[in-house]
Amino acid sequence: MNPFRRSPFVIIAAIIVYFFLYAPIVGLILYSFNASRTNVTFEGFIPSFSERVVMDGSLVKSSPCGPFHWYCDLAKNDDVAEAAGNTLTIAFISTIVSTIIGTMAALALQRYNFKMKPFSQLSLYIPIVIPEIVMGIGILTLFSQFFGWANNAFNLVGDSRLSLGIATVTISHIAFMVPFVTLVVQARLQGFDKSYEEAAMDLGANEWTTFRRVTLPMILPGIMSGALLAFTLSLDDFVITFFTNGPGSTTLPIYVYGLLRRIITPQVNALSTVWILVVFLAVLLLQILQNREQKQHS
Amino acid sequence: MASEFAVEMRDVVKRFITPEGNEMAAVDHVTMRIKNGEFFSMLGSSGCGKTTSLRMIAGFEWPTEGEIYIEGIPMGHTPPFQRKVNTVFQSYALFQHLTVFQNLAFGLEMEGAGTDEIKKRVGHALEMVQLTGMDRRKPKQLSGGQQQRVALARALVKTPDVLLLDEPLGALDLKLRKEMQLELKALQQQLGITFIYVTHDQEEALTMSDRIAVMSKGKVQQMGTPVEVYERPANKFVADFIGESNFLEGTIKSLSKDEASVFIPSLNAEVKGMPISEGLVTGEEVVVCVRPEKIKLVDKSVKSDGLFPGRVTNTVYIGADTQVFVDVNGAKLKVWEQNRISRLDPKSFYTVGQEVWLMLVPENTLVLKKD
Repeated sequence: MNPFRRSPFVIIAAIIVYFFLYAPIVGLILYSFNASRTNVTFEGFIPSFSERVVMDGSLVKSSPCGPFHWYCDLAKNDDVAEAAGNTLTIAFISTIVSTIIGTMAALALQRYNFKMKPFSQLSLYIPIVIPEIVMGIGILTLFSQFFGWANNAFNLVGDSRLSLGIATVTISHIAFMVPFVTLVVQARLQGFDKSYEEAAMDLGANEWTTFRRVTLPMILPGIMSGALLAFTLSLDDFVITFFTNGPGSTTLPIYVYGLLRRIITPQVNALSTVWILVVFLAVLLLQILQNREQKQHS
Repeated sequence: MASEFAVEMRDVVKRFITPEGNEMAAVDHVTMRIKNGEFFSMLGSSGCGKTTSLRMIAGFEWPTEGEIYIEGIPMGHTPPFQRKVNTVFQSYALFQHLTVFQNLAFGLEMEGAGTDEIKKRVGHALEMVQLTGMDRRKPKQLSGGQQQRVALARALVKTPDVLLLDEPLGALDLKLRKEMQLELKALQQQLGITFIYVTHDQEEALTMSDRIAVMSKGKVQQMGTPVEVYERPANKFVADFIGESNFLEGTIKSLSKDEASVFIPSLNAEVKGMPISEGLVTGEEVVVCVRPEKIKLVDKSVKSDGLFPGRVTNTVYIGADTQVFVDVNGAKLKVWEQNRISRLDPKSFYTVGQEVWLMLVPENTLVLKKD
């Protein structure tokens, strides 16, 4: 018997939590089908299909895509495609690089004792706890100072001038993602007995083979969680991207913010819905993969 | 073989820095020569340096001072994967993501063995530890005893010159442990390879070993056969650690080459003809070690020389023996009486308060330095 009584308060609290977590998302999805193009109030679904878009004031009466009018609108938008491409490129590269660096850092902190170890450990927490805006400004300052100096020193002109862009965003993302990956991998390494590695070496495997054949397969679930966290952080990062992007490196969060400043059309909702769907499917896929992995191991 | 000794530790010291920043010698000037084909045990309580010594032979740690030789070759900083020794770990350290077959094949792949050879040797090794047919299981699907056998087979399949075993039976229950002790010993004799076995269990060490090194505080207290360390412990520590002992304080009255006469105040008598350990001098304060099973209790009605009066303070029936605790002029002695006769009547046992005679045979005692 569970000694804890299930109190009605627990259920109420759970309902409140779920409401605040999911009501905005449900609302957001609902509004992506809104007939009103001002997106302030919900004016019902777009009722019918027709060859062309029929407007009645600010209300969309009919569209070639019917209720999915804003999705079609979105698909025709080249800026969105470009922003999505940028976002994914940045996320993939920065995830791979930060996962490698973060895993190496976690292994080093687990394995070796050195004088500066407490400092190294502490320095991992600092980027996590300081406000992102501070880090964004800091990185921007660093880049502009360096670019200013380099452009001058090497007389760079025209296209060869160093400027903010996808590269600077990617580097910044790597910088703030490494601590997260390190901490996640470190947590998984806590239970990793070093005798596995010793056993591998005892059986004749050198350091690299030991890592490849024993350590890596055993800590891979930890590395994967670190990578997934890093990927999602990169996908929806706004503040640091805002400071470090330049022409041609607009990401989805930056693009959405730009749309909001002009006019809020349900196109934003349609974009957000697609985005949520993609992330949701990715997480689901990962979960399925992990479950299968676990079943194989037990 | 290149050398008479499979493994030799020459004046090896291993120092660690404790978390408080102090230097501590886990292994303190240890010299051991382990012969080829020997079953050698390092016995001691935790922190005595036995595991550190084993880890240095395996190559997981390097000596601070001194040198370790394997087959006569100085090891220096040779990494574990270049040493012809293999280890059975206390935690088994089986690769959880690999099957039993893959676990055993791992070491052979590292040697560059071909697929057919690997199959043959793994099959043979599994047969040796009676795990044929288990090759496709994952370690987690095996019982503790089976995992232990896989760990053993994984090390043996490499046909090492020396097998290092770090408390390999520690996680098994008593019955299984006793079976495995005999099995390991039989396996070692059959294969003829050197076993270096680390344990804190004295009975285990006595059961299996050709020779035992009794260790304490990083030093070897005594090295010898099971009979030697039990019947002729080198000092009070060994006498106390291996088996049980009664210690009677006394003073040496006279001394010959290998016997002493000692005055024992609690017995109010000078006992002649007791064997001695090394380095004693006349007039020295010593302890006389008497094993509890070597004292005989005699009925009060009997009169004879060499009998000392005592009073029973407690008795504990433990099946094979009855432990009788006797007070002799304030000295508390343990006496193990074997229950050779099947009996139920409580009156046939010694009772608390009963006056008894203790019979001490001088040859069955040993005079040791006081500490």
